[in-house]
Amino acid sequence: MIYLDYNASTPMDPGVRAAMLPYLGEYFGNPTSSHGVGVPLRKAIDTARAQVASLLGVSADEVVFTSGGTESNNHVIKGVAFALADKGKHIITSSIEHPAIKNPCKFLEKLGYEISYVGVDSKGRVDPDEVASEIRPTTILISIMHANNEVGTIQDVPEISSIGREAGVLVHTDAAQSCGKIETRVDKLGVDFLTIAGHKFYGPQGVGALFIKKGVTLDPLHHGAGHQGGIRAGTEPVALIVGLGKAAELAEKDSDHSHVANLRDRLHAGLSEGLGDDVVLLGHRTDRLSNTLCVGFRGRIGGEVMAGCPDVLASTGAACHSGKAQRSATLAAMDIPEEVAFGAVRLSVGRFSTEAEIDEAIGKLVKAAKATPVIG
Amino acid sequence: MIYFDNNATTIPLPEVVEVMGACLREDYANPSSVHQFGQSVRHKIECAREQVAALLGATPREVIFTSGGTESINLAIRGALQSNPSRRRIVTTPVEHTATLSVMEQLAATGYEVIRVGVDQEGRIDEAEWADAITEDTALVSLLYANNETGVLFDVPKLATIAEAKGAIVHIDAVQAAGKIPIVVEDWPVHLVSISAHKFHGPKGIGALYVKRRTRVSPQIVGGSQERLLRGGTENVAGIVGMGLASKVALRDMDRVANEVRQMRGAFEASLIGSVPFARVVASTSDRLHTTSNIAFGRLQAEAILILLSEASVCASAGSACSSGSLEPSHVLQAMGIDESLAHGAIRFSFSKFNTPGEIDEVVSLLPDLLSRLTKLSGGAAS
Repeated sequence: MIYLDYNASTPMDPGVRAAMLPYLGEYFGNPTSSHGVGVPLRKAIDTARAQVASLLGVSADEVVFTSGGTESNNHVIKGVAFALADKGKHIITSSIEHPAIKNPCKFLEKLGYEISYVGVDSKGRVDPDEVASEIRPTTILISIMHANNEVGTIQDVPEISSIGREAGVLVHTDAAQSCGKIETRVDKLGVDFLTIAGHKFYGPQGVGALFIKKGVTLDPLHHGAGHQGGIRAGTEPVALIVGLGKAAELAEKDSDHSHVANLRDRLHAGLSEGLGDDVVLLGHRTDRLSNTLCVGFRGRIGGEVMAGCPDVLASTGAACHSGKAQRSATLAAMDIPEEVAFGAVRLSVGRFSTEAEIDEAIGKLVKAAKATPVIG
Repeated sequence: MIYFDNNATTIPLPEVVEVMGACLREDYANPSSVHQFGQSVRHKIECAREQVAALLGATPREVIFTSGGTESINLAIRGALQSNPSRRRIVTTPVEHTATLSVMEQLAATGYEVIRVGVDQEGRIDEAEWADAITEDTALVSLLYANNETGVLFDVPKLATIAEAKGAIVHIDAVQAAGKIPIVVEDWPVHLVSISAHKFHGPKGIGALYVKRRTRVSPQIVGGSQERLLRGGTENVAGIVGMGLASKVALRDMDRVANEVRQMRGAFEASLIGSVPFARVVASTSDRLHTTSNIAFGRLQAEAILILLSEASVCASAGSACSSGSLEPSHVLQAMGIDESLAHGAIRFSFSKFNTPGEIDEVVSLLPDLLSRLTKLSGGAAS
């Protein structure tokens, strides 16, 4: 098995697992308990919060733990919408967001909110000027993803943030896919909110975080006892939080992504060599996640290519909404012609990928693509 | 350390820890991925769903995984109301868990009429009053099964039947009861049941909501198409697998464990009352969850008792863990009309299968001396 699906979910780093294990069993208490059992748990949560804060370049009290990227995104979109409803009911986002942004926006549309979906160019780039031109007096939030999960294209979030700041509009970025792969420091990105998800950077599934800039208030998504300063109710899952913290610490140390980028480029070069013009790079050539190679096998169906090499694990379209025989929303927004888009396969490498794996994958993918019938 | 705080959270089963540890190493694929690895992980989720369904007497399709009890309760209450917008009345009780109370407060602020049917000194609901409160305009009732502070069990079949007959959606907060006493949702006229794994020796950060078929619920976290579109987000696979195993073990051992723990609690209360005559068992005449013993030590301060217990390496709590740190007497005991001087000295001891009769004896034998030290202190302060 060659795992080239790191954008769907990453293997857990052994260091993360080792950090979590004691909190799955030995340290079992409720962190809210006032007696001795609660103390080490609160310390562990504080440490993890500091680790995440350090990775993001924010202060610890600006980090809220959630059950994952989807919850963080829902929290921001709905939380801002409800908190600022008196100011206005207009939100700007892009047409290539993850369903975890798109669907809360659709929910708000049913409640009478207006959503502007800014398009992208053929490389998947949002034009910040277009974002600026959509701003109205009633705009309360701009949410543009940092890097796209399917093609890896990186958006100019710093520019979008400064546009928002000048207009007095809050800015969120969904960094679930970029965190741990490229720099996601808030002092560089300039955003008011930022989403991360543990299982996208070698941490556990079931936990994520939301950066909320100090002084900005938004409605809680869930109500309950006053956990996490009243922002996110529910007994803290200590082991998951410890795992997220450790993953953040490792991501901060592992800031050199050249290993991953080299493997990705090796994979691309190998496919191009074997298939020539039948392999089309989708997404931006340079402003792209170092680990992501989305290609279209021209004239073929991506799923059929992958069925021809079942040992190579990758996604056709995004994992969260796969299984459909149509252009993904992202590729449609990029206006990728169907003869290329139907053949799209997202190959994503990571920390544990090896050169040998890449070479083996190239051989299998080229063979499978050649054996796949070309339509029309 | 003697851990008598099992209603706050329980010790995870060693086998749960083991299976989760393996999961964290091996099952890292995204269960939504269509490749074989993703599908093998998906299969593990579905096996766990069957195990949780069996614990509740439900079908697997009726089980939705969430991040825990609080999320389940929020999804149940808000989700049901949003799907049933014409009715504007909610009936509940004042002794619910903070998660429910807090959702209710927020709903009341947004125009819902929230009726809280009171309880008597034994924590019981008056059936006639309950029936009167539920009108044809009642969208939802939300009711605890087992109270987390006192262990008092509401008569769910009876109270739910009354509500269901008026067309209300019935949500049961079974977070404290699940895995400890039998729940057969097929036999209950209820639509929604919230449960949480870490209350029955499973992991934290994972819970479930039972949604009876054909019950309409609007999702609160939307994204991917996971959990039959009722709850978006990549699944917490290790948590789900851990919850499944904890459910299986809880169901398998339920009767035996319940008997053992009930005996321990009986011994604890009997000998405690014998050696500390002013101690009073809260709701002693009510049907109570066998894990729970809420003892009111009149004229003493719970916080002070807990500090001394903690020094003796005994963990217990005042009220629920979720509200600890607050000096307010418990909202549950207040609602029961328990005298304040008693309520301020109420300690919840909660037991599990990992406790032993020896631990019971040890705590009972150290309490008289511990309490008399406090009585002297507070007596001195009063004079």
